[in-house]
Amino acid sequence: MIKAILVFNNYGKPRLSKFYQYFNEDMQQQIIKETFQLVSKRDDNVCNFLEGGSLIGGSDYKLIYRHYATLYFVFCVDSSESELGILDLIQVFVETLDKCFENVCELDLIFHVDKIHYILNELVMGGMVLETNMTEILSRIEEQNKLEKQEAGLAGAPSRAVSAMKNMNIPQQLKDIKLPDLPQAIKELKF
Amino acid sequence: MALKKVRGNIERMFDKNLTDLVRGIRNSKENEAKYIAQCMEEIKQELRQENVAVKATAVAKLTYLQMLGYDISWAGFNIIEVMSSSKFTYKRIGYLASSQSFHTDTDLLMLTTNMIRKDLNSQNQYDAGVALSALACFISPDLARDLANDIMTLLSSTKPYLRKKAVLMMYKVFLRFPEALRPAFPRLKDKLEDMDCGVQSAAVNVVCELARKNPKNYLSLAPVFFKLMTSSTNNWMLIKIIKLFGALTPLEPRLGKKLIEPLTNLIHSTSAMSLLYECINTVIAVLISISSGMPNHSASIQLCVQKLRILIEDSDQNLKYLGLLAMSKILKTHPKSVQAHKDLIMVCLDDKDESIRLRALDLLYGMVSKKNLMEIVKKLMVHMDKAEGTIYRDELLVKIIDICSQDNYHFITSFEWYVSVLVELARVEGMKHGPLLAHQMLDVAVRVKAIRPFAVSQMTLLLNNAHMFMQPSGGSNMAHVLYAAAWICGEYAHELEKPEETLFSMLTGKVHSLPGHIQAAYVQNIMKVLSIILSKGDTQHSIKVCKRVSDKLAQYVSSGDLEVQERASAALQLISYIQKELENGDVDDIAIQVAYLFNGELNPVAPKAQRKVQVPEGLDLDVWINEPLQSSSESDDDNQSDDHNNFFNLGGFDKKEEEENTPNTIEQAEKNKKARLQEQENNPNYLKLNSSNDQTLDIPITSIDLPTSLNVSGFISSDKYIKAKKSKKDKKKSKKKKKGHNNFDEEEEEPVIEMIVNRDIGEMPDGAEDSDGVVDVQKDINDPHTALDINLDVPEIESTPPVEEKKEKHKKKKKEKEKKKKSEKSKKSKKLDKSDQQLIEIKQGYEEALGICTPSKEIVQAEDLSFSKLAMDKYVLLEYKIDPKNELINFATVFFRLTNIGNNCLIKNIEIDVNNSTAIQFLDEKNESLSWYKHSNSIQCGSLTEFDLSLRVDNITIPNILRGTLTYMAQIFQEDNFHQDKLDWRLTVAVSDMFLKAPPSVPLVELLCNGQLVFKSSIILSGTNFNQVINWFSTKLHLVLVERVGETASLYGSTASSEQLCLLVKSNSNNVSVEAKCTSQTLVDNLMSEIKSTYNI
Repeated sequence: MIKAILVFNNYGKPRLSKFYQYFNEDMQQQIIKETFQLVSKRDDNVCNFLEGGSLIGGSDYKLIYRHYATLYFVFCVDSSESELGILDLIQVFVETLDKCFENVCELDLIFHVDKIHYILNELVMGGMVLETNMTEILSRIEEQNKLEKQEAGLAGAPSRAVSAMKNMNIPQQLKDIKLPDLPQAIKELKF
Repeated sequence: MALKKVRGNIERMFDKNLTDLVRGIRNSKENEAKYIAQCMEEIKQELRQENVAVKATAVAKLTYLQMLGYDISWAGFNIIEVMSSSKFTYKRIGYLASSQSFHTDTDLLMLTTNMIRKDLNSQNQYDAGVALSALACFISPDLARDLANDIMTLLSSTKPYLRKKAVLMMYKVFLRFPEALRPAFPRLKDKLEDMDCGVQSAAVNVVCELARKNPKNYLSLAPVFFKLMTSSTNNWMLIKIIKLFGALTPLEPRLGKKLIEPLTNLIHSTSAMSLLYECINTVIAVLISISSGMPNHSASIQLCVQKLRILIEDSDQNLKYLGLLAMSKILKTHPKSVQAHKDLIMVCLDDKDESIRLRALDLLYGMVSKKNLMEIVKKLMVHMDKAEGTIYRDELLVKIIDICSQDNYHFITSFEWYVSVLVELARVEGMKHGPLLAHQMLDVAVRVKAIRPFAVSQMTLLLNNAHMFMQPSGGSNMAHVLYAAAWICGEYAHELEKPEETLFSMLTGKVHSLPGHIQAAYVQNIMKVLSIILSKGDTQHSIKVCKRVSDKLAQYVSSGDLEVQERASAALQLISYIQKELENGDVDDIAIQVAYLFNGELNPVAPKAQRKVQVPEGLDLDVWINEPLQSSSESDDDNQSDDHNNFFNLGGFDKKEEEENTPNTIEQAEKNKKARLQEQENNPNYLKLNSSNDQTLDIPITSIDLPTSLNVSGFISSDKYIKAKKSKKDKKKSKKKKKGHNNFDEEEEEPVIEMIVNRDIGEMPDGAEDSDGVVDVQKDINDPHTALDINLDVPEIESTPPVEEKKEKHKKKKKEKEKKKKSEKSKKSKKLDKSDQQLIEIKQGYEEALGICTPSKEIVQAEDLSFSKLAMDKYVLLEYKIDPKNELINFATVFFRLTNIGNNCLIKNIEIDVNNSTAIQFLDEKNESLSWYKHSNSIQCGSLTEFDLSLRVDNITIPNILRGTLTYMAQIFQEDNFHQDKLDWRLTVAVSDMFLKAPPSVPLVELLCNGQLVFKSSIILSGTNFNQVINWFSTKLHLVLVERVGETASLYGSTASSEQLCLLVKSNSNNVSVEAKCTSQTLVDNLMSEIKSTYNI
């Protein structure tokens, strides 16, 4: 089982938090903070597993994470999950984001946290892995987006226009932060 | 109206949406909190509006703020409003918010039941999809109960997307509503073979989660999983299945044997590291579970170790880490195979990655030997100096102590070295394991008599330098070693070189800044040292010393710690008495009297000793001795908890009284208990559990040669011993080579001291024995999995939910129909005669009446110990179990179990022939003798079938024997031919087989007094122990244990023919006596001869 999925940036700012076990908001923030402290002090060339923090988990739980450019993707899982399997899952998640946002960067996560959640919901449900096949995931997301567009219809058009105008303010250079090329070794792990 | 709507839309455009909110927050970095407060106000405004779109935007913004740590539970009702919108766009926003902020205890959830139900049954599969995703996050017991049926219906939806989600959802339902598991399980099982790969994978996932906590209930699914494993290519699913097998194999060794081959193939063939790794892990689990005879056992281990080495040598740190992790699992059972890779593990100790170093440390435990212990510990000490961060250092310290103390200090050749290591460790700054170190010091000093002089000299040095440990450095608790130092110096004060010096170093210094229990130890041990000084007989000197001690002790009397205060007062009184006597000139006499106070050696006490003390009759520990007072409870609280945090406590009794007098709440009692346990944990007079695990009956004697005399002028560095060892080696080499212990050949200047380690398990109260099995593993009641421990192979008798019952019945009917069809078919093809068909019907009758599992499909069950072997050959194994019928005299049901143990073959045409006699016979439905039984099913490779027959025994007070044969045909796939065989069997129905497992209807005493049990017999069993006998009687002889007091027990047995039997079992020093009283002479005689004959085996 997956207990929590956290995404935060190099400074510990949360970009996505999904807890599959209840913690109140204060506790959630503390967990994010603690996890950030544990993960951020690790070099990039050390292993991607570490024994869970004191707040979340206990001896049965592990933190499995990947660090992409400015973002940490951390999964807190128990012993029923395969460590390498979860690493692959993170990879699938990020690649899916990359497909959905075309060169995903931190800003996409900042401004579309709701969409990230919807994508995540197609991978993991209630702490259990729902789907690992990226084509399947993408087609499900696509269909739901289509549904949303249909509903918006004409009425949605003006608001879309307005929001498009608002969005023009975003400095373009920030958009350019891209994910690095994924190491070959990781690709080989793919299912 | 339309205009209003349009205007609403246009206004909305300029409302703040989620993007605006995020941007706003980013732009107001200095004033984030203020800005968010403002936004919250706006959101509250928006939520009050009628427009759903506005509400949805507000809820979306709230979801974002929730991530930043703002509580949004106040908006629960609005979230539900948005969830209930008919538009998917808003619904999705609502459900997302609910999944982030709702939880099982949210009161509002009861409002959502019908809405969620509507969504689950929606035409649009994504409505149901988002509902399921969110529900999985917050489902409550009520929701689980109310929606179980709806979700179950989705299991057979035509859309794989929904089936997949519903399958996963069922797991959450089971957790909250365990009653759903039984009715849903057949369907869940079907999903394992769903057409859609994703649904399959989800079902595997759910079963894995269920089986992880209660593996034995899912053994019957092993064949299905086995098929999936050999056919599937979905790595994710394979990993899950292989992990599941890892959990199942300990319960079913036969499964393990079957798994080795396919797993080995996978290891060789797969390119996915994740799969490879899990395969290795499961192979290890299998090898651990198979204790004996495997032909290619060592080959598999070698393969695993070899593959793991490749992982560890890989440049990818992840693989390295996992390789080490798996290696440590092998280490437990096959240390030799791992030891071969010592070089690799030593390299990993120097890895830059802390996680990897920690894993390598775990492995070190198994790497040490007498030869390399010093070297390895030296290396660790070097690491300790270099290490940054206290966590790793603490871990190192624990590991050093673990490694050295394992097996009761088995690998330590020089205890002087070890004591020096401990002292060195004590001097490392900022460590958290003071109590552990202190305990080690005490343990070594208590157990190893010969080390005491050296230990005392080192501890004196620690005491002299006590100021080192008193620096208020954060988090360190190294001061605890002073406790050990004080105790060792006091207890073995006769070893002190200069007792006065030690005494004064204990008296001076800032002792009062130490924790209370250490001060208490100081006071007590000051007295011990004093008594040694008195024994020297110098009156004037003694008086002086006494005066000085009493001066210094005065400060303790005002200590805030009760324990210290009490001890100090007592000590002061004692000293003033001694002084008076001294002044009377009675030195020798008083010295002897004082020495009596501290007389006698302290022996280790077993950790379980306290528990083993029998509670005296009439004492109820749960009853208050003094009723608790309400008023003063709080004021005493601080004081109390302070007391109980003490790690060491010598004055336990005084305190206990205190405890009982002071008010207690349940929490307090809990707290006290914890403190007490911790106290025992650290008290030197209790031994640790692990040390009791291996009882070395003959105490091994380790001899060492001391390199120098014992005059120590400062802290001895442990390195010295390594050098000394080396130089000694060189010396030895230069001498003529002599093997073995050449203590006597050593040069004279090196005194030879025998280091005897007391490796007893410790003292136990009289009459109690050490039973390792007693360590009770309590299941966590709060763990929902406890409720899910349901044996799914045995159908429930009644209480399935009404709706499900109908469906079940329906299914059953269907099954019956199918069966009938089958039987008809077979009738046509094989032209069975009538009696045969009747038989089949009889069997069906049994199935329903008795609720016995007679599966049409293959089933592998947990090894049922109550089955005994009847006949066996290369292909089949026939086992049986006899169950007497309560209601019918002389009748029993015989359960047969036939297992296909052949290698890749199918067993069919199973027939049983019986040589009935009037004394014992099988019966058919009409109670007529049954001499031929044909089993209609065939058995797949590795699975089994069960059937049962009625048995009538003419006289149940004597053993009866029934003979017969089993014929079968084995279809061997590999050779593509058939093998037909006939096996003879002999079924012995012993008298004990006919005992009903029912407790006596009247108290045993009454039964014994009323004179019915007139026939007696007795037997003495030697060379066994009481527990074994009791266990054997209650499991194999079907006797009921009525009462057990210490080493005496009474058992009871009865038959349907109302014969009764009482057994009294007593343990004498070396044997166990069994006395029986019975209503029938033949019965008791036959039982005794049965005991005799089985005992000889």
